[in-house]
Amino acid sequence: MALLIMHSYNKSHSSPPRGGNPFQNLEKTSVLQEARTFNETPVNAKKCIHILTKILYLLNQGEVLGTREATECFFAMTKLFQSKDTVLRRMVYLGIKELSTIAEDVIIVTSSLTKDMTGREDFYRAPAIRALCSITDPTMLQAVERYMKQCIVDRNSAVSSAALVSSLHLSSQHGAGDVVKRWANEAQEALNSDNIMVQYHALGLLNHIRRNDRLAVGKLVTKLIGQNMKSPYAVCHLIRIGSKIIEEDYANGTNTISDTQFLEFVDSCLRHKSEMVIYEAAHAIVNLKRTSARELAPAVSILQLFCGSSKATLRFAAVRTMNKVAIMYPAAVAAFNMDLEGLIADSNRSVATLAITTLLKTGTESSVERLMKQIATFVAEISDEFKVVVVQAIRTLCTKFPRKHSILMNFLSAMLREEGGLDYKTSIVDTIITIIEENLDAKESGLSHLCEFIEDCEHTSLAVRILHLLGKEGPFSKHPSKYIRFVYNRVILENATVRAAAVSALAQFGASCPDLLQNVTVLLSRCQMDIDDEVRDRATYYLAILNSNNPSLCKNYISSNDQMVSLTLLEKTLKDHLHGPLNETFNLALVPKTAPTPAIAEETHNDPMITTNSVPKAPRVTREEVNVERLLQIPGIQRLGPLHKSSPAVQLTESETEYTVSVIKHCFPQHIVLQFDCVNTLSDQLLENVKVDLLLPEGYIIRHVIPCAKLVYGEKESTYVILEFPADVSSSSATFGATLKFVVKDCDPTTGLPDSEEGYDDEYMLEDFEITVADQIQKTKVNNFAVAWDAADTEEWVELEETYSLSAVNTLQEAVQTIIKFLNLGPANATEKVAEGTHTHTLLCSGVFRGGAEVLLRAKLVLADGVTMQLTVRSTDQDVAEIVSSAIG
Amino acid sequence: MDLLEATLYTIKAMVIMDNDGNRILAKYYDKNVFPTAKEQKQYEKNLFQKTHRANASEIIMLDGLTVVYKSNVDLFFYVMGGKNENELILLSVLNCLFDTISLILKKNVEKRALLDNLDVVMLAFDEICDGGIILDADPASVQKRVDLRNDELPLGEQTVAQVFQSAKEQLKWSILK
Repeated sequence: MALLIMHSYNKSHSSPPRGGNPFQNLEKTSVLQEARTFNETPVNAKKCIHILTKILYLLNQGEVLGTREATECFFAMTKLFQSKDTVLRRMVYLGIKELSTIAEDVIIVTSSLTKDMTGREDFYRAPAIRALCSITDPTMLQAVERYMKQCIVDRNSAVSSAALVSSLHLSSQHGAGDVVKRWANEAQEALNSDNIMVQYHALGLLNHIRRNDRLAVGKLVTKLIGQNMKSPYAVCHLIRIGSKIIEEDYANGTNTISDTQFLEFVDSCLRHKSEMVIYEAAHAIVNLKRTSARELAPAVSILQLFCGSSKATLRFAAVRTMNKVAIMYPAAVAAFNMDLEGLIADSNRSVATLAITTLLKTGTESSVERLMKQIATFVAEISDEFKVVVVQAIRTLCTKFPRKHSILMNFLSAMLREEGGLDYKTSIVDTIITIIEENLDAKESGLSHLCEFIEDCEHTSLAVRILHLLGKEGPFSKHPSKYIRFVYNRVILENATVRAAAVSALAQFGASCPDLLQNVTVLLSRCQMDIDDEVRDRATYYLAILNSNNPSLCKNYISSNDQMVSLTLLEKTLKDHLHGPLNETFNLALVPKTAPTPAIAEETHNDPMITTNSVPKAPRVTREEVNVERLLQIPGIQRLGPLHKSSPAVQLTESETEYTVSVIKHCFPQHIVLQFDCVNTLSDQLLENVKVDLLLPEGYIIRHVIPCAKLVYGEKESTYVILEFPADVSSSSATFGATLKFVVKDCDPTTGLPDSEEGYDDEYMLEDFEITVADQIQKTKVNNFAVAWDAADTEEWVELEETYSLSAVNTLQEAVQTIIKFLNLGPANATEKVAEGTHTHTLLCSGVFRGGAEVLLRAKLVLADGVTMQLTVRSTDQDVAEIVSSAIG
Repeated sequence: MDLLEATLYTIKAMVIMDNDGNRILAKYYDKNVFPTAKEQKQYEKNLFQKTHRANASEIIMLDGLTVVYKSNVDLFFYVMGGKNENELILLSVLNCLFDTISLILKKNVEKRALLDNLDVVMLAFDEICDGGIILDADPASVQKRVDLRNDELPLGEQTVAQVFQSAKEQLKWSILK
């Protein structure tokens, strides 16, 4: 019988269909069926090898075995230890390792493996050790400890390496670390081995064992530096250990003799004969924080050398590291831009793109022009995703060299005219919009480039965005009339969506430019004949408002739609309203307003690495939207009015205490809701009636307390306190003391059920927290700050001006960040970024105080021995203006 | 800022694919890198798309991994390491993987031969990298440890087979050129 099977098997094995994959159509069940052959005696080695290969292949393809299947298969496999066939035995080891995590009772093979590991056959010993360690748990480790120690120092390098590597795997297992620690002496001995891999593995294990003992690691490195290790891998590893010590010392502010010694060693590795080591050393030097320009020079020239290598990997490594140098020491790289420029046309596109971005980072203002010309020659040849990288680099350039905007803008518009997908075009349009926002000089040319683009734009979404932008910016440009032609062309030529957007844009011109009103009304009245409902509706709507000749109507319903209600929340409240009794009218004021989502410019800290996947942008859900859902559960919350703002969570306890509590402050026009999120980290306790007791500052009144009925171990529950703000706005920023009060019941940690019905009162001190001015202000984004600022120069507005000297900050950027943080205002005109090397700066920002009072702020900053600031606040409310201007002082 | 962690766990994954982007062998060594078979295959598909057109030894960054790769006839070999890993170490492993397999398959590195010797190739994988640690990077020594088969074909037959094989190979190359 066995012979017969073997025969047919041989036949099928020797003449499989040519070109096909003999493993292609394997069925898990039939292969596992075949595994029964393992039980036959004598073992047919060749056949069993083939079946084992099939099983391993299936596992490798992602096939999942159930515990029972795996265990059965595992036990069948143990029968194969009878065979003396070397390949078969080795395949069995592989099988053991693969199944050890799924099958049960795998320790059954311990004795067989121990026998192989201590036997005479070298081909078995090394892999047997590795297989054994995959099934050993810490409790059994004692039994094999003696063998492991012997194997670590074995003369056979494979055996020694296997033992060292397995020890390292074991030491990360829970509870095995201490046992492995006892093998340090053996590892130390193995370090002297002639075999390069044994050296490497021994160093790795020793370092791991001693990783928490800084002194011992230092000693180890010092000793090995003198020894001239043969293994390039080991030297690389040594460089890493050494640089870690150097970096830690540098961070701690200590500088020891050994640090200097290590540095010298890393430096000497630049002259090693292995490229791997040379690169490792150069990489370490570049990334060490304490590296000075002088120490950097040799590393950089090594990288320069690598740039000319014939191996793509070497060039890639060099340019990538150079890219990092460019961020920190642009001057160091600038010296050999020539080498980098040679790589722009590299056959490996990753190398080429890295070279460009590096060049753009190091480029000086004068070289921009030349560089852009160079890029223009090859930009057509690279794929869209790399073009996007180039566009991003240009965007950073624009921020860096605002004066070069015309060249860059021309380049971008040329790119815009070329063929390309939506993502690519979007990134260009984004960049142009950012430039327009940041650089007033570039506005006119940017807008006209965009106008040109929409004349022939196949992407509706982009056309709509640009039309919207034209409506916002166009009316305030020097010649608004010239944009109207472009906008109206869209009405004639495009699809309904674009036409509707164009109508809205036209209305903006009508509202903001009185001398064009006549023309706009004529154009809009033509749009009333449109075949599309939406277009007609918009035209009629805007015409009615424009014809009313009422400036405030125009302002509220056409020009200013900055303050948007959150659409998701609007949808939800409308739904709720429809489900309700429907006998009262819907109140729009109940829907919270949301802060405008910040511009895309946030992503400009582009990673130099080309992660070519496009990360799907998660829809931005604001804190307010998340919170409203929960807050609406609180009975009577509607009476407080619309939610103005929610602050981020603030921890009121250390993170690793019995109970952790954090607070989120929800600000309403006259009230504040404190949401305390509590977590109970004690598994043997059940807390009931949990609430927070507040120590109130003057003026605040507690309106309601909602305790949390039950706080089970590990769950996050909330308790609320609703406070009324003091009538006097100026005393609204205050500090609160807080204590957590609750009833404790001891309970069974496993079931969570209380031991008895009786509990006892207990309390837990929390840290103090503050309600600040920032908690009461919602950011707004004003597109034309100058216009808004001038418009605020009327009787309805209050202006306050004060001069402060800011002692706590040293740079202008720091000052700007502090102001924004303290007041939570939205910066306008990109004034939150301070240009490098300047001594004066003006920050413009805006927001809305709870209750609806608008706040505009202008801070003129001067840097001279600390920062001096002249703060001008304009607000519609006297008290608000006062509290804002005093918040900084 | 990006100092390399001093650890022996260098290799995140090794993969061999055929020229349709199907996995032949793949080993992922880091539990945090693509823990499920689905994610792994998705990544491989993505990787293959980005790399299959290049014919020389190359390198790419993809999803936060540094990947060095190499192709021969209808096979693609990939070795992956962390984002900041020393690319040359990865390259040395890739070269070892490729050269070992080339030794095992007697220079006939193509899908058919690889599948016929899958058992030995699996052993080679295991001898080059153990759980993410480079075990050996010398092709000759790896081959010595894994290629333990005795050629059981009679001499005459083997020669015919070999002649046939080399003729086939030559033919293939002449077509490919």
